[in-house]
Amino acid sequence: MATSPAQAGNERVRDLADQASGGSQARLRRSSTGRGRRAVIGATAILVLAVIAGVSIGPVSVPLGVIADTLAAHLPWHPAVSVPPIDAAIIWQIRLPRVLLGALVGSMLAGGGAAYQGVFRNPLADPYLLGVAAGAGLGATAVIISGGGLGLLPVAAFGGGVAAVALTYSLGAGAGRRGEDAAPRGVAGTASILLAGIAVAALLTAAQTYLQQAHTQTLQSVYAWILGGLSNATWSQAWLIVPYVVISGLILLAHRRLLDVLRVGEAEAGALGVNVPRLRLIVVIAATLGVAAAVSVSGLIGFVGIIVPHLARLTAGASYRIVMPVSMIGGAAFLVLADIAARTVQPDTEVPIGVITAAIGAPFFLFVLRSRRARAETS
Amino acid sequence: MTQVMTRRLVAVALAAGLVAAACSSTATQPQSGSGSPGGPGHASASGTFPVSVTAANGTVHVSKRPTAIVSLSPTATEMLYAIGAGAQVKAVDSNSNYPAQAPRTKLSYFSPNVEEIAAERPDLVVVSNDSSNGPTLTKRLAAFSIPVLELPAPANLAGVYAEFAQLGQATGHQQQASTEVSTIRDQIRKILAAVPHRSKPLTYYYELDQNYYSVTSDTFIGRLLRLLGMKSIADSAQGASAAGGYPQLSAEFIVKANPDYIILADTICCHQTALTVAGRPGWSGMAAVKSKHLILLNDDIASRWGPRVVDLLRAVLAAIRGGR
Repeated sequence: MATSPAQAGNERVRDLADQASGGSQARLRRSSTGRGRRAVIGATAILVLAVIAGVSIGPVSVPLGVIADTLAAHLPWHPAVSVPPIDAAIIWQIRLPRVLLGALVGSMLAGGGAAYQGVFRNPLADPYLLGVAAGAGLGATAVIISGGGLGLLPVAAFGGGVAAVALTYSLGAGAGRRGEDAAPRGVAGTASILLAGIAVAALLTAAQTYLQQAHTQTLQSVYAWILGGLSNATWSQAWLIVPYVVISGLILLAHRRLLDVLRVGEAEAGALGVNVPRLRLIVVIAATLGVAAAVSVSGLIGFVGIIVPHLARLTAGASYRIVMPVSMIGGAAFLVLADIAARTVQPDTEVPIGVITAAIGAPFFLFVLRSRRARAETS
Repeated sequence: MTQVMTRRLVAVALAAGLVAAACSSTATQPQSGSGSPGGPGHASASGTFPVSVTAANGTVHVSKRPTAIVSLSPTATEMLYAIGAGAQVKAVDSNSNYPAQAPRTKLSYFSPNVEEIAAERPDLVVVSNDSSNGPTLTKRLAAFSIPVLELPAPANLAGVYAEFAQLGQATGHQQQASTEVSTIRDQIRKILAAVPHRSKPLTYYYELDQNYYSVTSDTFIGRLLRLLGMKSIADSAQGASAAGGYPQLSAEFIVKANPDYIILADTICCHQTALTVAGRPGWSGMAAVKSKHLILLNDDIASRWGPRVVDLLRAVLAAIRGGR
């Protein structure tokens, strides 16, 4: 989609992609795809278990039989079951949408993080890099302080996030074009886009902070949004973001091979016929739509977008053919699990989910990082 | 990325502090007993100056009858007008929206600006929260010889009465302050006499915002409602007391607790209504929603501990009597 290289070029791209993922030889290729398949299957299994646990575990203990009956009651041609209405409401209207929304948001944050890391060839990139978070925060704050209906909140957050990235991109790419003489085209583009992202985020955050401090009576609502969470998840929120998740996910998955080519370098990928600026634009648009949709319903949940893609890399190798799907599935599982912790660490009350993602994610990540390095040193 | 993380951590810290501060925390109940009428200080009669008042931020010396009071506390503003010191008030903070004649300015109670306060040339500044900042404002305004009187969120009604007394002393309205206190006491006595008798307390869920921040019966508001024979569902939530009595409950917990009444103190800030509550996932089946046992409070009245606590009690009483 991003490029239409000649058939021969296509072959070379594929070879290079294999080289980049560490196996130009057939034997290596086979073992790496086997490992990738195992990683995808493993992540999917964890996700399924996480969803089952997410529906079963909560501050209110509902017997498993009642949970099963509640779910059965929503199947077509369901058997006649009677469940206590309060328990049924807790499972079907509170817990299930929360679990599903967590999975959707987690997959978008992790997928978006992997995409940004790939397209900017920067391991520290996270989905908020180009200002989605700052723009969404400004949009949400504006709605909250103006007392606009809460129905507007996700729209404003989404619009703010997308507008911020559009601003970053147009400023950064424009600056890169002017600096073309001094540096190779692609390099200048990447650096100036990242710098523009930092500047735009700082500017929008300043505006958001100003608005928020000038309207102290709504501080609590603003902070609650910024801290993020899934505690108010509804079915309609889940349905609202499904189209974005599907479209964004499919586009990112379709470009994972080109992201592998990009790993060898922008100039090299360009020489192979990859239209790097166009690839970058498509991937950024897809990732931004997905991440902005996720942020619009869940607020700013940190750490998922950076930790999950790296976990995927550490366990399944560096090729985006595997990293992308494993990040999406793993991100979904990670956020569902983190949310279980958020609502059960202190039963009956809530812990901000961002605290959980960082508190669990950081040590776990360091553990995996260390054990991987230890294994690499001994082998 | 690190920037985002740092910002988030700051936000966590701020939010934690905010909940403690904005929701009238149980912290620092001042040495309020000593502020009772006729108690401490040198003022034996109304309007004797100089006077020393014992307040939350220590002993406050007021050298002459203040005529240019700056109030950075919406509650203190209401109290000042209730005890007849309104004419001495020069400026109030941007949130002091009651009574209407109070001279509202852009001054912020949340992040007070010393320069702007000093520019009003006040001879007394009243605040609700300074000790937790290590009393920054008290110290800095001392450089201008401006006394600062801190009247923080109290733990109970006795604390409210003590603050009236302190404010009366500091403004030369000791007599009116004690009259106001007896008026409030009388009104509350009448309200309590009208509370229908029950063998079991009515349970309630008290909502501070739509993220389900609530109060236990051990908070200031919880104690008021306890007078009406009501008990918060948050009392049995684990971690509620660790949250200083202001836990964030989970939706599941609230739905399962199925309280007799739902009390909304977020009707203005967050536009919550009977309709929005009924529309929340899983809430339409709750007994309080079905029987329309919803009590909609004015956020301002519900979050202040001044003379209008009586209005709050009346509103709740009317609902629980009508809802029998």
